[in-house]
Amino acid sequence: MDHRIRVLVAKPGLDGHDRGAKVIARALRDAGMEVVYTGLRQTPEMIVNAALQEDVQVIGLSILSGAHNAIVPRVMELLKEKQMSDVLVIVGGIVPDEDAAQLKRIGVAQVYQPGATLDSIVNFIRSSVKQTA
Amino acid sequence: MSLTATKSYRTLSGLPLDPVYSQPIDAAKPGEFPYTRGIHENMYRGKLWTMRQFAGFATAEDTNARYRYLLAQGQNGLSVAFDLPTLMGYDSDHPASQGEVGKCGVAISSLADMETLFRGIPLGEVTVSMTINSPASILWAMYLAVAEQQGVSWDRVSGTLQNDILKEYIAQKEYIYPPRPSMRLVTDSIEFATKYTPRFNPISISGYHIREAGSTAVQELAFTLRDGIEYVDWALERGLAVDSFAPRLSFFFNAHNDFFEEIAKYRAARKIWARVMRDRYGAKDERSQRLRFHAQTAGCSLTWQQPQNNIVRTAVQAMAAVLGGCQSLHTNSLDEAYALPSEHAVTVALRTQQVIAYETGITAEPDPLGGSYFLEKLTLDVEEAANAYIRRIDEMGGMIPAIERGFPQTEIANASYEFQRSVELGESVIVGVNKFTEKDEKPIELLQIDRTAEQRQVEKLRSVKAKRSASDVEKALANLKKVAEGTENTMPFILDAVRAYATVGEISASLGEVFGSYTETSVL
Repeated sequence: MDHRIRVLVAKPGLDGHDRGAKVIARALRDAGMEVVYTGLRQTPEMIVNAALQEDVQVIGLSILSGAHNAIVPRVMELLKEKQMSDVLVIVGGIVPDEDAAQLKRIGVAQVYQPGATLDSIVNFIRSSVKQTA
Repeated sequence: MSLTATKSYRTLSGLPLDPVYSQPIDAAKPGEFPYTRGIHENMYRGKLWTMRQFAGFATAEDTNARYRYLLAQGQNGLSVAFDLPTLMGYDSDHPASQGEVGKCGVAISSLADMETLFRGIPLGEVTVSMTINSPASILWAMYLAVAEQQGVSWDRVSGTLQNDILKEYIAQKEYIYPPRPSMRLVTDSIEFATKYTPRFNPISISGYHIREAGSTAVQELAFTLRDGIEYVDWALERGLAVDSFAPRLSFFFNAHNDFFEEIAKYRAARKIWARVMRDRYGAKDERSQRLRFHAQTAGCSLTWQQPQNNIVRTAVQAMAAVLGGCQSLHTNSLDEAYALPSEHAVTVALRTQQVIAYETGITAEPDPLGGSYFLEKLTLDVEEAANAYIRRIDEMGGMIPAIERGFPQTEIANASYEFQRSVELGESVIVGVNKFTEKDEKPIELLQIDRTAEQRQVEKLRSVKAKRSASDVEKALANLKKVAEGTENTMPFILDAVRAYATVGEISASLGEVFGSYTETSVL
């Protein structure tokens, strides 16, 4: 059986700036994880369905448009509805501190702001997934 | 110990650098073919570049106030930033627009919003640039309709429509329809501009977003110029004479950190384009051969950490654009890694341009760097590397087949990943991020987008829809669809629709019914 960590990298909302999402997806793959990239313009419903289908342990959401407060809570709700609250959700993008704090309150495991290192993201996923496994 | 013996020096694009350059290379004078040293003989002695800050947020009312402020501060051109729903052809009340209205730019759903956006701003006097691509002809039609209302005839309106759909498939990804019908819309607007708006640039062929997506300078240059070739081919195919439209083609480049490589990029751009126009297309008019460009400093180079440093980065990048002979310039604000700029931050950014223009003496001499052994050789190296890419894309059958097989997308993704890895390894230094870091930085003050903006905008849209004649809208949209199915120019029919207050979403959806939509195959 394959013990690699499975991650869904998703680009929700209308924002097409996918540089960060692609870099993260490649970095996680290079770190030995199995990465599914959804492509652009995914609704929360599409993302949660993909996470279910692909049986991932981690969802990474990349949002640079400022729409995180509308999108992320919906993803969290849907995960709860489908009893997938054990899936680790991390968010990366342009998220102000106060919004980041709010996202964590609703269950987002970590929020990565500009300048975060690839290493720190890889390490966080590894240690968090190990703990819950 | 000598560092130079062990370390190899390269530009940001990876071009190797010699220890010293001492071979003189002749370049024609500024204003002479192939315009490597500038498109005018006297450059900024004749006229400074246009200081044009890209701005837009919340509703048309809010952005109109920012425009009036910027004009009062000495800015001499406007540049409209639209929000994501508008860029994607959705009205503010579309379900997909929720949470995105007025966030990345101003929300414009109907002619009523456009009227508000330019209230009190004389369109016969101010030049306006609009960053809009897939729905470009709709927003342009709204602009022309507002000019009509102001009593300004179309031959007097001046400005630029971005309207560069190819770089959307390549980099920014704000596409709606598949490439070929999209190219038809672009060609429609080029043809329309050639006939009715002689002072308006119907397209701004853009490398900016390609660079922001992570490309090198060489890739930015090559893909942009090859996109330009594609637009020329389509316009010729339409039956337009090259010298009838080519003088109105304009370009848009990034101004990134590698100072000399950026200057070399602008010089090589002019040189390659002049030759393409003369030799590939037989353009006779010098104005067709002269590449005019807008520059914007590199948003992706700005850091969240120690944001004041961004003022310095922007100043150096802006100097590269000026020394590279730009025609207009946007300088980014120090807070743009966080949010849309505050009024204070955008003022500092504008002042940065004004300091360069009025205090440094750079503008007193056309092309002060011409004849530099290093810069002239670097210009040749950048030119050669870009031409090699252009030839490869020619061999693929042009830019559309290249996009369909993911070629530029893959090249950019590779470059961007390599850069990020070199940052991670500390090979590339970003001050304040992976070196000279500080703990406990003080937060800066940011622009707060009024949370009621979305609601106000949706209510306004509802009242516009209630007041207009539904049968006029229906008729205009039906006519537009019929034309879209054929080959006639769509612009006059889009104009009819916007005059009837049909919305961006309605017009865009009508075209979508005929053209279909596009989903890319994602390249990692």
